[in-house]
Amino acid sequence: MIPRIYIPGDSGAIALGAEKVAKAIAKELAERGIEAKIVRNGSRGAYFLEPMVEVATDTGRVAYGPVKPSDVKSLFDSGFLKGAPHKRWLGSPDKIPFLAKQTRLTFARCGVIDPLSLDNYKAHGGLKGLENAVAMTPADIVKQVTESGLRGRGGAGFPTGIKWKTVLETAGERKYIVCNADEGDSATFADRMIMEGDPFVLIEGMAIAGIATGATKGFVYIRSEYPHAVATMNKAVEIARKHGVLGVNVLGSANAFDMEIRVGAGAYVCGEETSLLNSLEGKRGVVRAKPPLPAIQGLFGKPTVINNVISLASVPIIMDRGAAYYKDFGMGRSRGTIPIQIAGNVKNGGLFETAFGLTLGEIVDDIGGGTSTGRPVKAVQVGGPLGAYFPRGLFDTPFDYEEFAKRDGLIGHAGITVFDDTADMLKQARFAMEFCAIESCGKCTPCRIGSTRGVEVLDKVAAGIEAEKNLALVTDLCNTMKFGSLCALGGFTPYPVMSSITHFPDDFKPAPARVAAE
Amino acid sequence: MTMQPAGTEIASRTAAIIDELKDLEGPLLPILHEIQEEFGHVPQAALPVIADGLNLSRAEVHGVVTFYHDFRARPAGRHVLKLCQAEACQSMGSDAVAAKIKHLLGIGFHETTRDGSVTLEPVYCLGLCACSPSAMLDGEVIGRLDDEKIEEIVAEVRS
Repeated sequence: MIPRIYIPGDSGAIALGAEKVAKAIAKELAERGIEAKIVRNGSRGAYFLEPMVEVATDTGRVAYGPVKPSDVKSLFDSGFLKGAPHKRWLGSPDKIPFLAKQTRLTFARCGVIDPLSLDNYKAHGGLKGLENAVAMTPADIVKQVTESGLRGRGGAGFPTGIKWKTVLETAGERKYIVCNADEGDSATFADRMIMEGDPFVLIEGMAIAGIATGATKGFVYIRSEYPHAVATMNKAVEIARKHGVLGVNVLGSANAFDMEIRVGAGAYVCGEETSLLNSLEGKRGVVRAKPPLPAIQGLFGKPTVINNVISLASVPIIMDRGAAYYKDFGMGRSRGTIPIQIAGNVKNGGLFETAFGLTLGEIVDDIGGGTSTGRPVKAVQVGGPLGAYFPRGLFDTPFDYEEFAKRDGLIGHAGITVFDDTADMLKQARFAMEFCAIESCGKCTPCRIGSTRGVEVLDKVAAGIEAEKNLALVTDLCNTMKFGSLCALGGFTPYPVMSSITHFPDDFKPAPARVAAE
Repeated sequence: MTMQPAGTEIASRTAAIIDELKDLEGPLLPILHEIQEEFGHVPQAALPVIADGLNLSRAEVHGVVTFYHDFRARPAGRHVLKLCQAEACQSMGSDAVAAKIKHLLGIGFHETTRDGSVTLEPVYCLGLCACSPSAMLDGEVIGRLDDEKIEEIVAEVRS
């Protein structure tokens, strides 16, 4: 058997040197006259171990990481093709604690298979969901997705099945499935990982959504900051088309479904569903007022399902294993699994898919292993730039949509950014306002003007100018933005701002007092 | 310096791009991306051609081009360096990284060095949040920026 070497082609792994490692391995193979197959898999998500190289042995895969180009020669010398010990040896990837503790449903294949091999995809359970779906009525598919309890993983947490039901029941000569892959929130990379590591699962999920709702055309709107994801998705769509997964007869059935990959142009607000639709139509990415709901009048005015990547990528397993199987994971009204992305100043950063219900403390301290700088954790921002900052005092909050809402926070796209004690929360609050000002689409006044005023007022607080009065003004402004903005950009910017003020009041004290306190 | 193509040449190359893509549903963004790929920016001379080709007003086309951060009104430097300035990178010192690179290159964000070698831009998230601080140089990703990597980048863009 020709040895098989897995070197991730995931952007995160590449950012940490995977290309150089791949080149070094190819060179070493050539020099030693060894024939081997190099597979560019996705990442398993343990970024603290990337680039993580794996070899297939008689007893299963053996991982080595983090591998540097300078390690390659000694890896060959010590016999890593047979899984032999080496200072980078990690053993079976399934037994690496960070990976072993996970419940991988959506990400079951990510990092395991060759992302662009449809055979490999099928050998690991792919297409079973779609096979089941083509044999079912649209109403039954929608029922199964509804019963699974799947909620929108993009951040809003709206039940996916209900959205689909509305589109199914709305008459229209043409309907669309739009996948929101404009993953702009800092600390999130789950969408990118699945598109780069298991693109067929997203294609399968979209085809199922099409069959369930009577939509025949799909679009994946990917942000331009993700060139690797765009390239992989384009190749995967081509392959899916060639093999009849997409086309006029999906898997040989009477259902037609095809899709296109579209690329954004650097506007954060296009992650908001209605601005995304405008952008796809070739307009300025400004937010639309709702109603009408996109499910009724969406893309080009037609009934449209617009779902996040992870929502759609979770559908195949639900259609394969059944609603009850998926629903069995989780707590309360948060069912199934959630890919938590642990990021920022953290020792063990990466993607951790697990059932809902872990506490924030377990995620940050036990799984994340604390900060990478070794300093105490001061704050964690959950849910991207529009999410609240949580202090240690709230680390008992379970990861659940409702539990986070109760504490004036949100799960969002499940990204967590860890900050150590050097973080200045006034600076973070100011950045939230500044970011909103940069990215505001300009349609509604609270967001467009409120964010700029927010920056100015927080600058006054920082300069110690009537701090108390100005903080009251910020609070009032946040209230206006929260309730007066059209979408989540202006509406949720108050979360990071107010949580900083509430939980870290010392950072907002007038400058002289702050200096004295230190 | 490369010569800027004359207006008529821009118009004819733009018209060819429009011809190729106008049957897409919602063709404007794909067309603009293609034009930027072709010219390195979206030249003013291309706008009336697009407006005409898609039956839009010039104001509408102008509005779309200027809405999106990606579309450039003028060519960038030979290299484009984007530094992530979003929260996850902030937690790992992206401010200091940006300050150092600005100092080494002698330019600020949204600026190009006088020799035209590099344009520096902020970016808000590259999806490399477990490998912070991160950057993108000419479309390729770089994670865990440290002094050594910063010096490598600066040497590369200067060469």
